[in-house]
Amino acid sequence: MAERSFAREVEDLKLGTGQEFRGEGILAITKALLQSGVGYVGGYQGSPISHLMDVLADAKPLLDELGVHFESSASEAAAGAMLAASVMYPIRGAVTWKSTVGTNVAADALANLASGGVMGGALIIIGEDYGEGSSIMQERSHAFAMKSQMWLLDPRPNLESIVKAVEDGFELSEVSNTPVMLEVRIRSCHVHGHFIAKDNKPPTFPLAQALEMPQRDTNRIVLPPASFLHEQEKIQKRWPAAIDFIKSRKLNEFFGPEQGQVGLIIQGGMYNGVMRALQHMHLADIYGTSSVPIYCLNVTYPLIDDEIVKFCTGKSAVLVIEEGQPEYIEQALNTILHRHDINTRVIGKGPLPMAGEYIAPVLAKGISAFLEANDPALLGNRPPLPDPTPVLQDPKVKALAQVVPPRPPGFCTGCPERPIFAAMKLVEQELGPHHVAADIGCHLFSILPPFNIGATTMGYGLGPASASAFNVPAGKRAISVMGDGGFWHNGLTSSVGNAVFNKQDGVILIVDNYYASATGGQDILSSRAGNESRSTNNTIVNAVKGIGVQWVRQIDRTYDVAKMRDTLREALTTPEQGPKVIVASSECMLNKQRRVKPLFNKAKRDGVRVVKERFGVDEDVCTGDHACIRLSGCPSLSVKHLDDPLRDDPVAAIDESCVGCGNCGEVSEAAVLCPSFYRADVISNPTWIDRAMGRLRSAVIGFLQNRRAAGRIVFTD
Amino acid sequence: MNEIARTTGAFAVDRPIGVAVLAMGGQGGGVLTDWIVALAENQGWHAQSTSVPGVAQRTGATIYYIEMMKAKDGKEPILSLMPSPGDVDVVVAAEWMEAGRSVLRGLVTPDKTVLIASTHRSYAVGEKEKPGDGVGDPMAVTDAAGVAAKSTIAFDMQSIADQNGSVISAALFGALAGSQVLPFPAEAFAAVIRSGGKGIEPSLKTFEAARIRATQGGIAPVAKAPAKKLDALPTSVGHPKLDRLLARIRSEFPAPAQSLLYAGIKRLVDFQDVAYADEYLNRVARVLASDREHGGELHTYALTQAAAKYVAVAMAYDDIIRVADLKTRGTRFDRIKKQMDMEDDQILYMTEFMHPRAEEIVSTLPRGLALWIERNKTLFDGIDRIVNRARRVRTGTIRAFLTLYIIGGMRGWRRGTLRHAREREHLQHWLDAAMGQVTTNYELAVEVLNARRLVKGYSDTHARGLSKFDRVMDAIPALANRPDAASWMRRLIAAALQDENGTALDGAVKTIASL
Repeated sequence: MAERSFAREVEDLKLGTGQEFRGEGILAITKALLQSGVGYVGGYQGSPISHLMDVLADAKPLLDELGVHFESSASEAAAGAMLAASVMYPIRGAVTWKSTVGTNVAADALANLASGGVMGGALIIIGEDYGEGSSIMQERSHAFAMKSQMWLLDPRPNLESIVKAVEDGFELSEVSNTPVMLEVRIRSCHVHGHFIAKDNKPPTFPLAQALEMPQRDTNRIVLPPASFLHEQEKIQKRWPAAIDFIKSRKLNEFFGPEQGQVGLIIQGGMYNGVMRALQHMHLADIYGTSSVPIYCLNVTYPLIDDEIVKFCTGKSAVLVIEEGQPEYIEQALNTILHRHDINTRVIGKGPLPMAGEYIAPVLAKGISAFLEANDPALLGNRPPLPDPTPVLQDPKVKALAQVVPPRPPGFCTGCPERPIFAAMKLVEQELGPHHVAADIGCHLFSILPPFNIGATTMGYGLGPASASAFNVPAGKRAISVMGDGGFWHNGLTSSVGNAVFNKQDGVILIVDNYYASATGGQDILSSRAGNESRSTNNTIVNAVKGIGVQWVRQIDRTYDVAKMRDTLREALTTPEQGPKVIVASSECMLNKQRRVKPLFNKAKRDGVRVVKERFGVDEDVCTGDHACIRLSGCPSLSVKHLDDPLRDDPVAAIDESCVGCGNCGEVSEAAVLCPSFYRADVISNPTWIDRAMGRLRSAVIGFLQNRRAAGRIVFTD
Repeated sequence: MNEIARTTGAFAVDRPIGVAVLAMGGQGGGVLTDWIVALAENQGWHAQSTSVPGVAQRTGATIYYIEMMKAKDGKEPILSLMPSPGDVDVVVAAEWMEAGRSVLRGLVTPDKTVLIASTHRSYAVGEKEKPGDGVGDPMAVTDAAGVAAKSTIAFDMQSIADQNGSVISAALFGALAGSQVLPFPAEAFAAVIRSGGKGIEPSLKTFEAARIRATQGGIAPVAKAPAKKLDALPTSVGHPKLDRLLARIRSEFPAPAQSLLYAGIKRLVDFQDVAYADEYLNRVARVLASDREHGGELHTYALTQAAAKYVAVAMAYDDIIRVADLKTRGTRFDRIKKQMDMEDDQILYMTEFMHPRAEEIVSTLPRGLALWIERNKTLFDGIDRIVNRARRVRTGTIRAFLTLYIIGGMRGWRRGTLRHAREREHLQHWLDAAMGQVTTNYELAVEVLNARRLVKGYSDTHARGLSKFDRVMDAIPALANRPDAASWMRRLIAAALQDENGTALDGAVKTIASL
């Protein structure tokens, strides 16, 4: 792991039986894996599950001691394929990623895995990136469970339930020879809670044993005729086994009164929101006492017919609370009840919206509408729900909408990607706008102001591939952008290889910032740092040359805006055909600061000569046009209003958070902006030469300054 | 699993305290959230927090949510993972517009919510990228908080943090303690900070300063910009030549224009010399004469005021002599030293980023010579090839300093330069255009003077500003006969300041053409 230490979190993983764990949901899952005797863990980092990967990467001694193999997989596909270790051996394995994007990538491996089935428990921890805070398309992972027949757990969002789901999940996987998906939403991953820990368990079947005594069974390989048998087996053996286990172990829960005219069937993950909504309606209390019957699906696939029939019998209607769409559970419930000839009405989407996150007010509104129509007596005296509408209607509050600015995420202070897009804007000013295919990663922030660059994004490492149709003779070339994360994930083959093979006459800009930065700064193949347990320093340039790219330019300092601009211009205008690859490298500033700051401070304390650079703006030179900001958007470059009555517009100003990356100076040079910027170099612990030179220079300069000031007639303030 | 919950007993009436924290990535919202959770847990309460950081950690707006309660007889409460609009007890906002966002999201309601917010501003890209002033009015948040919150405690917590060498999360935590909305003593808050990792002392200092400040309650005054410094005209500044200028202003000009004229002569004496300021007063005096003729008194001499401001701005144009002069002043060196918070044993060097082109260099030559070079394209391009490159000038070193110092000392030569001639011509043309309207439309004449605001920047930016200015000036004939010409002119100026390429301005010009 890169520049952040997770040593404290690793301590939490060592808790023993009876000790209380306090911390985040995703860390609780990590601990639960070790408590369950997991043999190997893999995955691909990404919000909201990055922490699982980061903490395990820092937990090597603990994992070694337990005999657990951990791998930072190259992609979700690699992670999914890793679960093959559980096919022929009774080894528990777990993988994790952000979903649905990661599940999309892993789908090939997962479908093969699910077809042949598993012997050891195989758990796929799905960080369901849906709703507020999500950074991806709004889809459901549920479909993957259904299409490959993998079981899908959706536990109530408290640490105890989530940890139990991990343990149950492995067992369920083993008794039904089926991989199990454990779905946790963004907020559940980041929820702070507590549970009572158990001792960690070493895996019962070591991986080495499998290597030394390999097993094979052609019936487990996806090839006819076995593949046809697999389908039969899924239906005849694995499905019933899963149903039995889920029923007998009571994985799904019932709350509230046994009898009732109506009931709620909810996904486990919706439980806390539903309870809060019921509480607002005076139908439940904070401890979970409810006057509405609730059937809580901690397993959302497969559904248990018996439990559903039992719950629905005698009820005139049930409300299905199922977030996202399509409404798979609602459809399935209708089918199940119809098959059992039960006339309970299944209501879901309708009172509840088809699309969008189910936050408490949405739930309260939906449940109210449902009860109003089906059991109004239950609503009692209808206490008023919390409602901000009156305040939101106030003209003074409405006026805020004109004033409060949108604040999307953007490049950090000093980000090395900023000068790349500043250079692209300068090239655009010369050569006109180009089609720019974007990719996944921090660089996608280029689509926002102030850069407004980028037309589409098609997936991780697929930027250049998404420009492949534009491989026709034309007056302009397409530019595609891809990060180092995307490059190693999929981009080398699907994008660069594809471009070489098809002689794609475009420009491929690879942003190399030494880490998978958007996901938290994890090391990747081309990271520059040494990493004991991983192979780093495999350069992108070597890789693209190896795959056959002829035109390759490496820029080792992205802050060199002029060079960046000239290289881009050359790539766009050179007569040479085929892919033109520019690798633009500079270290992610967030991680660089984490790395460098402590070193700098230590050196300064130790009396070593160090120079701290920071930029500034001469406010009497700046005319307040903000052209520099439109080529930057840096958080530390802002504006400042002056009290000078002759000035109308605020001038540019740089605050103390400036890290001296140099972008401001380079941009004002390259774009010929203005002479307002200066860089201040503060030398700490100067040497005697510094001091002597400093004294001499101050004396001469001071003399000249005083001389001129003395000869000047001015008003003194 | 949960057999206990199957029974429907009497409902407990307990409810948790909900705290929403709105912050921007990098402000330490996560740290603050952890502190609040630890605070509650240390008091034997249940506490749950959640967040949706995602990509929002990269400087975007983020929301954290905490629920806490003292649970009955060891029961486990079911806490919400997200704030319900209309049901939040405390909102902590780490920036003033984020406080506004919390109100817009319905998290702040008058029956429940105590709003604790820092009044400082951190401008969004959309605000600061505008060529004019795109900054939102902070009073709008003050007004909205007044109607939306049960009570509000708001002051500049960022500067409290800065003064005490810590970060805003410590100040917010202090304000939360000072607000006394959570039933925990201040010592319990401080204990949480003390048990933390690094920077404990500055955090505690910041915490305590903010806590004490918060006990005063209320919203500290906010303003989009500081009030303009309009100094009263002094009688004497101790120099006969300067005093003569002051006397001229006092005797020749009406009171409403005097402060601006004073600012004007200060700028121009600094830019060139006393005679130049005299020239300025002559120009404005001519405007005043016309102003008086056309009932200026009724308009509080708006025309003279606009002229006092913009003639000064126009006369103090930004040439390389001025830039070099400003960059080499002792006062500047001192100011930067102060800004950089220099310790005694440190040495400071500045590097200036300059990119002069032949245009700037040649136009600083005597008019005749400069025009001759401009006409001789080969020569001009030759000069451009030599000078037109990025130059990093280390003003702290003697040779670089001397170069700028010598250029900065060329003020005596300025009046003869081509640039000066051009600026004069441009100024005269603009003044004439304005004065041409006084007879028919006084207000339009004022707005024509105000249009000078559009001329700013250097090189290409300057050219863009000039072209916007020209487009606005070109609209005068079409507007001149309309009674609402002045308000159209104001709209044109506002449109020109909205975006870089003048798209909004083009739209406004088209609208005028269609009138």
